[in-house]
Amino acid sequence: MGQTITQKIFHSHLVDKPFDEVSVLRLDRVFCHEITTPVAITDLVRKNKDRVFDPDKIKAVIDHVSPAKDSKTARQGKIMREWAGRHGITDFFDIGRNGVCHALFPEKGFVRPGFTIIMGDSHTCTHGAFGAFAAGVGTTDLEVGILKGVCAFKDPGTIKVTIEGSLEPGVFAKDVILSVIRELTVNGATNQVLEFEGETVDRMTMEERMTLCNMAVEAGATCGICKPDMTTVNYLWEFIKEDFSSREAALDSFARFLPDPDADYSRTLHFDAGSVEPMVTHGYKPDNVIPVSSMQGRKVDQVYIGSCTNGRIEDLRVAAAILKNRTVSDSLRAIVSPATTWVYNQALKEGILQTFMDAGFCVTNPTCGACLGMSNGVLAEGEVAAATTNRNFNGRMGKGGMVHLMSPATAAATAVTGVICNSELFSNKRSIS
Amino acid sequence: MKDFSGYVLFLDRSDINTDEIIPAKYLTEPDRENLGPYLLEDLELEGFDRTRDLQGRSVILTRANFGCGSSREHAPWALEINGFHMVIAESFARIFRQNMFNCGMLTVELPGETIDSLFSKYRGSEAYVTAEVDKSLLTISNTQSKDEISFHISGYDKELVKANGWVEYADLRY
Repeated sequence: MGQTITQKIFHSHLVDKPFDEVSVLRLDRVFCHEITTPVAITDLVRKNKDRVFDPDKIKAVIDHVSPAKDSKTARQGKIMREWAGRHGITDFFDIGRNGVCHALFPEKGFVRPGFTIIMGDSHTCTHGAFGAFAAGVGTTDLEVGILKGVCAFKDPGTIKVTIEGSLEPGVFAKDVILSVIRELTVNGATNQVLEFEGETVDRMTMEERMTLCNMAVEAGATCGICKPDMTTVNYLWEFIKEDFSSREAALDSFARFLPDPDADYSRTLHFDAGSVEPMVTHGYKPDNVIPVSSMQGRKVDQVYIGSCTNGRIEDLRVAAAILKNRTVSDSLRAIVSPATTWVYNQALKEGILQTFMDAGFCVTNPTCGACLGMSNGVLAEGEVAAATTNRNFNGRMGKGGMVHLMSPATAAATAVTGVICNSELFSNKRSIS
Repeated sequence: MKDFSGYVLFLDRSDINTDEIIPAKYLTEPDRENLGPYLLEDLELEGFDRTRDLQGRSVILTRANFGCGSSREHAPWALEINGFHMVIAESFARIFRQNMFNCGMLTVELPGETIDSLFSKYRGSEAYVTAEVDKSLLTISNTQSKDEISFHISGYDKELVKANGWVEYADLRY
């Protein structure tokens, strides 16, 4: 029997098999942010184990509340900063050089096909877009990862998600993943990896693949994973060109992680990209997904464009194209939070930030902020948000608030009209006057 | 090993997420103990009154996919600080479940029909549960009834519960 990508990565990183169903893996990367890491650091110090397994394999950032909003968040940043300093963790991204972890770390070239990665953050599954096994863990697993460079996993199964056909104009990776989650439900992929493949995925950019993999956890999945190909190599080339004689040689090397044709999948799902419409969530579960056309006209109080799902440059370009020469509806306020310092700067250079500002958007610095109700756009009780984020849980963006998840295009169109609506990009349906 | 017994809090809903267990705004608390007052703050569930229902309970009985969403280990910590060491459910989200065992706490998965029957038989009463990890046996009782239910716990999970968590186990071994 052949192997999936995940099985190949597990076999190449296996340190121990303490029990039949459990694999202890060697880690290539441990990513850290200031919400879940300080507790691990404090605990290691208290246990007299304030060590790191390899400072070069640990990458750290302050992103969830940036800049600090109060003494408590300032203290979390301070713990991170001092810890990175005393252990020689040189890839520490402080305020001014930072960004939302799952946008920043790929941008810095820290992810490779075949890598094993953990982070104390459930959306770590994003990095599977590069053909890596990347999983969110709790603080205890993170602590052991920092200390020993290993993590234990129950051997996951793999669900193959094949997506074929062409997306209609105005339909994006976000709409695809929302459709996949609707089909799988919020626990349909628990203890499974979602292996995304098919011609639609092959044609996607790395940013689109990251959007796809980012929300795998909303179906319960351990990781979302895409097959490494020339798109992956091209994205990474500036970081790997010293390691390979050519792009083809890099691709050849990464091919050892490709799934075998006779690999064993626990389930196979097929999606016709051509039939996917722009989608939006309702209620408080990310599998409550309906076409935007079914929720057309729903009034919102705040539009939020950003997050590890949809705060990258391609997302901002799409939104800006819709916002150009238009203004945000008087009935709402709108916020854009470019995911990283680079995205911010690039958007500035391309005139995208000017477009957002001319439209009446508040442009914030890169941070996770409002996505989890931390800062920079928390909702009041009873308010409704149209957001490009990944979770619509009750209270997620502020106690008593409701979040509708959607693509940047839908969010931008909604900002202009004041109500949830399809963007003009979708099948040329002119829903904006 | 922790004591896995106590009165039961019934939470009759699937997909209770970690934002409901402990909202993100409290993740900036520097000490775990500070999470105590906020457990289940955002859980809106008919008949559930957190100021009344958390008192004197140390076992949660709930439905499917408990602990979905964020990876925050603050969820098990907030439970533990409030005296909850065990959650019984039809299923759990992966990270939450692992976090529970990593902290030396216990999750027990039972078939949906068993969960159904426990809800119909014991909800509304002062139900008491005892879990014996070595025998993989759960006992639930109230003044009228008593049931003994065997459950599956893997060798690995059992080791983590016995070792009171993953840090010491791993540091000795790897």
